[in-house]
Amino acid sequence: MPKDPSIKKVMVIGSGPIVIGQAAEFDYAGTQACISLKEEGLEVVLINSNPATIMTDSEIADRVYIEPLTLEFAEKVIRREKPDGLLPTLGGQVGLNLAVELAESGVLAEEGVKLLGTPLSTIKKAEDREMFKNLMIEIGEPVPESKIVYSVEEAFSFAKETGFPLIVRPSYTLGGTGGGIAYDEKDLVRIVDIGLKQSRIHQVLLEKSLLGMKEIEFEVMRDSKDQCITVCSMENVDPVGIHTGDSIVVAPCQTLNDKEYQMLRSAAIKIIRALGVEGGCNIQFALDPKTGRYYVIEVNPRVSRSSALASKATGYPIARIAAKIAVGLTLDEIKNPVTGKTTACFEPAVDYVVVKMPRWPFDKFTEADRTLGTQMKATGEVMAIERTLEGAFMKAVRSLEQGAVDIALKEIEGLSEDELIGKIAKATDERLFAIAEALRRGIGVDEISALSGIDPFFVRKIENIVKLEAELKAEGKNLSEGLLKKAKRMGFPDVVIAKHTGLSEKEVKELRDKFSIRPTYKIVDTCAAEFEAETPYFYSTFETENEAKPEGKESVVILGAGPIRIGQGIEFDYCCVHAVWATKKMGYRAIIVNNNPETVSTDYSTADRLYFEPLYIEDVMAVIENENPIGVMVQFGGQTAVNLSWELAKRGVRILGTQVESIDIAEDREKFDTFLSELSIPRPKGCAVRSYEEALKKAEEIGFPLLVRPSYVLGGRAMEIVYDMDELKAYIEEAVEASPERPVLIDRYICGTEVEVDAICDGKEVLIPGIMEHIERAGIHSGDSIAVWPPRTLSKKAKDTIVDYTVKIALKLGVKGLLNIQFVVRGDEVYVLEVNPRSSRTVPYLSKITGVPMVDLAVRIALGETLESLGYSGGILPEPDFVAVKAPVFSFGKLTQAEISLGPEMKSTGEVLGIERTFEKALYKAFFASGVRVPKGGAILVTVADRDKPEAVRLIKGFKNLGFEIYATKGTAKALKEAGIDAKVVNKWEEGSPNVMDLFRNGKINLVINTLSRGGGSRRDGFKIRRAAADEGIPCLTSLDTAWALYRAIEALSIDIIPLESISKVG
Amino acid sequence: MKSILVLEDGSVFEGKALGLQGTTWGELVFTTGMTGYQETITDPSYAGQIVVMTYPLIGNYGFFEEFTESEKPALRGLVVREGWGDPKGSSGENLDGYLKRHGIIGIDEIDTRALAKKIRDGGVMKAVISTELEAEEALKLLREVPALEDQELVKAVTTKEIKTYGREDGMPVAVLDLGAKQSIVKSLVERCFRVTVFPADTPAKTLVDFNPVGVVISNGPGDPKKADYAVKVTRELLGKLPLFGICLGHQIIALALGANTYKLKFGHRGCNHPVKDLRKDKVYITSQNHGFAVDPKTLPEGTEVTFVNVNDGTVEGLWIPEYGAFSVQFHPEASPGPLDTGHLFDEFIALAKGGIKNA
Repeated sequence: MPKDPSIKKVMVIGSGPIVIGQAAEFDYAGTQACISLKEEGLEVVLINSNPATIMTDSEIADRVYIEPLTLEFAEKVIRREKPDGLLPTLGGQVGLNLAVELAESGVLAEEGVKLLGTPLSTIKKAEDREMFKNLMIEIGEPVPESKIVYSVEEAFSFAKETGFPLIVRPSYTLGGTGGGIAYDEKDLVRIVDIGLKQSRIHQVLLEKSLLGMKEIEFEVMRDSKDQCITVCSMENVDPVGIHTGDSIVVAPCQTLNDKEYQMLRSAAIKIIRALGVEGGCNIQFALDPKTGRYYVIEVNPRVSRSSALASKATGYPIARIAAKIAVGLTLDEIKNPVTGKTTACFEPAVDYVVVKMPRWPFDKFTEADRTLGTQMKATGEVMAIERTLEGAFMKAVRSLEQGAVDIALKEIEGLSEDELIGKIAKATDERLFAIAEALRRGIGVDEISALSGIDPFFVRKIENIVKLEAELKAEGKNLSEGLLKKAKRMGFPDVVIAKHTGLSEKEVKELRDKFSIRPTYKIVDTCAAEFEAETPYFYSTFETENEAKPEGKESVVILGAGPIRIGQGIEFDYCCVHAVWATKKMGYRAIIVNNNPETVSTDYSTADRLYFEPLYIEDVMAVIENENPIGVMVQFGGQTAVNLSWELAKRGVRILGTQVESIDIAEDREKFDTFLSELSIPRPKGCAVRSYEEALKKAEEIGFPLLVRPSYVLGGRAMEIVYDMDELKAYIEEAVEASPERPVLIDRYICGTEVEVDAICDGKEVLIPGIMEHIERAGIHSGDSIAVWPPRTLSKKAKDTIVDYTVKIALKLGVKGLLNIQFVVRGDEVYVLEVNPRSSRTVPYLSKITGVPMVDLAVRIALGETLESLGYSGGILPEPDFVAVKAPVFSFGKLTQAEISLGPEMKSTGEVLGIERTFEKALYKAFFASGVRVPKGGAILVTVADRDKPEAVRLIKGFKNLGFEIYATKGTAKALKEAGIDAKVVNKWEEGSPNVMDLFRNGKINLVINTLSRGGGSRRDGFKIRRAAADEGIPCLTSLDTAWALYRAIEALSIDIIPLESISKVG
Repeated sequence: MKSILVLEDGSVFEGKALGLQGTTWGELVFTTGMTGYQETITDPSYAGQIVVMTYPLIGNYGFFEEFTESEKPALRGLVVREGWGDPKGSSGENLDGYLKRHGIIGIDEIDTRALAKKIRDGGVMKAVISTELEAEEALKLLREVPALEDQELVKAVTTKEIKTYGREDGMPVAVLDLGAKQSIVKSLVERCFRVTVFPADTPAKTLVDFNPVGVVISNGPGDPKKADYAVKVTRELLGKLPLFGICLGHQIIALALGANTYKLKFGHRGCNHPVKDLRKDKVYITSQNHGFAVDPKTLPEGTEVTFVNVNDGTVEGLWIPEYGAFSVQFHPEASPGPLDTGHLFDEFIALAKGGIKNA
């Protein structure tokens, strides 16, 4: 069937900001889909609030709306653009939910917009637990015993019938938000209650536990001719009970026989047919290995994290094909882009093994609960491809960049056997390491398998790795060729071989050279070599034939950013993709090395060659040796790439752009101090102290107030501002001990405005696209601050100084490319906080709103061009007549027990952008897009630290005047009362009902304003309030600056209550 | 123990001995199937061939009686990247042990992707696996051994005696066993047939006298032209009984109709081959294992091509209304592979029930 001729213009909904459960995979899917639709000659309109994405580039869609993904804004876009069709299945759960709202609101019908791909009824059937269950029963597919409940009481009665444990799954949430496993009645009340609140339709599914069964996933595609294929099967190493996003996943399935495999494959096809999906669909099964029986656990009638993984694992571009199916094409009409000859109507055959491992944020949230369950906690993931499973495991572990180069962790080595067993029985992020350690200590495979529920096959594979370690130890320095080869085939990096044999890493490398043991590169071709493929998609393995043959043209290697984590998100992938494009435009072959399966950079059609490899020095060097590029770009892949630059330079690799010496100056505290003082540029005075006495002495020298924090920052909790000697003493005595191993950093705290600048320097001139002003005062991580462009409160003099400093720093540092500087400004005084001679988090959105192709310029400069030759000159760009506000987005709801109060450690997972003619409206949009449902009225709970009370009083007065009802805890209420503001006093937990929790549960509170107070008791109370707000999904602001901003947005809107018009209509 | 794999084109791969030690030769082919290694190893159609598994991990879940497609593996050798050596697999038998028990010579730790590419680019060729010979000696041996087309393979794998399966009151159906997979029998039994399996050289008269509702001409190894006796029988059955040809059986029916078959460069072997049902304009994913194909230009009038391979356009199915006969090149019985075309057995029931006249 050819494509539907009535469809000429298609609207695509993106997935919005990155949150846990919804990451870069939707940028990959959305970008592919937009390109795919444009290939078919269609006009593409995109709405997405996330500016850090490739899909929101003007090259990708014909019309891009960076607007909040809410009914209100999406409706405006539809009314204005009048698309013929709406593609709802590419923007994750957010996109799907929005499409449902649009359909139900009647806008689609009114504007004659056709829902493409998957009909509304299908979305509902797949998403509504009860309808789904009924459909499965109708077509004879087994589902676990379950009940839909709408109240805690109903949950109780079901539990009485079936017993515990029970799995709780709220309807219409992503990443399993609000779900969990209830082992007893107490758990049940807690989880069901939260789940009901999180669910859009206040519906929760209780399900008989399938804990311990194998979890198998299929990616299925179907077209309008009812042709069905399965793209990929995936086996979760972790059994049912752990969210697939938090599981180690292997593709294809490893432990299923053909009968089991085909049984599930046929069931998957039967289900997609019954649902009537036209496009891609993810189906999850539980398979009981004892009985061979299976259950359908979940269906996602859209592209997903798993479909991105399946696409990267097989080379089959699911989103691209799904988009074409949605506009009427059928699988047999679509070419397989990998072979260029065969069609998309086939099932990929792979000749390697793929391992995906999650990347968790527990390094940032040390106090968060690390237990894994049905609620996803990982922020990102890595994928590894190898011809051995052991090799893929090893590659994945070192791709995680968590300090481990093999399956060994210091913390685990120190555990007792009982503790180890505990860590194997209860899944946490460290389970894999605990298993390896247990095997080292001789605990049997069967016991580990029984404890963990992990198939013995996988445990034995880890045992193979452990056994090889012992073999290496046994041979020691007399390492034989055979064993060395075996170790490399199992994915052991040289440094690990060195560790076990007692050789040096260099000696191992020399031995390898002597025996010619080098990695070969194989192509990912979807067909296991059956057809010739030109896909430039490679992975390393130790085999005989190398398929990545040298090509004539000069090449440039661009290092990617690895897994998405807090502090290093999708922004860096954006930069890498643009770096690739720019490099190609310059006439070089662009080669990318990366290991994140969610991203656009690892789409094999992005670069001239993609090496899906760990961003570890040995792996990167091997690629460089194979490609012999003219140089390597390290400034786009975040800290991951920058961290490799020294090792690369040491090995004689040419770094393109800013040199390692410059990077070193910026990263070394002392060198940086000297550097700045030579330029006479001030920075807040500070130093590291290693004892109590030293701290007091230095404090005296520097002067108060001081910003104090341990050099090993733990979740920002330990950072404080102290205003006098007593407070400093208390801090050092109570909170953080200063010692030679763990110094404490003390810096002069300048209570001013934080400002951020991104600039491009060619060695002669410095172009500054814009200065961004933070709403929150210094002390909160820039990634967690709301940033405004153009700046609002800076004096002309301060701005001039910022430009002056930026130019001086860039030139003296010898930057060739991008740099990011953070300043703190007080009055006209400007201090430098930090310099990063690389791309930054703000580059994507600044590029978009200023129109300066920042990465493109940086790449061209790194390759020898100048700003002048590119048609740019130095200096700062003129300010625009609109305002752009970037707001952070957090995933606190998913991370139980995590501290949500903002501080110097970054905590946000994503960001959104609000663009409008006025600051207030832009702010309103940004809040809205970030998920803070800006309350137009209602009640606010205020509980602030003593030092914040005077300021809070002014703020709350404002809210009161806007008609808000004010609740406050005792101390705060008293302060308010003294200022003439009536506030209802709320009890803390122990003070009995009605307390804070009761108010939250009753839905009384629309907003919480809570600032961090010092000292044990009040701090704990504050933490409880913040956590409860996060768990209940109530916006909780922990900085008065953010609260002021919100107040202004509300105030502005309360004057003009007409809903926002698009920019062009205003003014 | 060291073992070598030597190809007709002179290339030599060094690996580790797997299964029985010694020397074996055969036609080297690859399969891209990722599941069902035991079904593959026991598929009689691989008689005369050394099979390269492109999927690198083989033997992961052990070996079980229920997955066997024949009494004994008929393939000449097996080439894998990694044979799983877990001695305590759930079945108690690993790949090495299974091959040893059945006297099959294999080779492990081979760059099977490089090998598959050689076959893809150069076509199927003869090869030797040996733990005894030097490469030179192996090459010499290769020059002496016959090509696949010149070997009598069907008779080596067909049943020696007539065997019956399924419920006694089931509709009687005959299978002309050219090397039939057990799953074909199973698929028929599941549909309530009383299945009688006959040796490949059974005369047509015996089959007709047996009075089945239809005859399945099964899959099997080698060049269909070599099984001229089966072609003869089939020719005699055309028009007398409804026929259903599978794989080699499909080629035999084509030859019986007077059409020609030819050898493919490297065949179709795997579980992911798309074929299009031309009557329904719909693609199915099929399980395949064949090295020869029917030449559509030589098909007589009145023969309809029902299925074609989506990748290369080769003939995948025939329907001869006049004779009430149909055939497919792929494997509706799957095992290993997708179950998408199992409905063809139902179509055979319908055909058999109606008889030729109503077809």
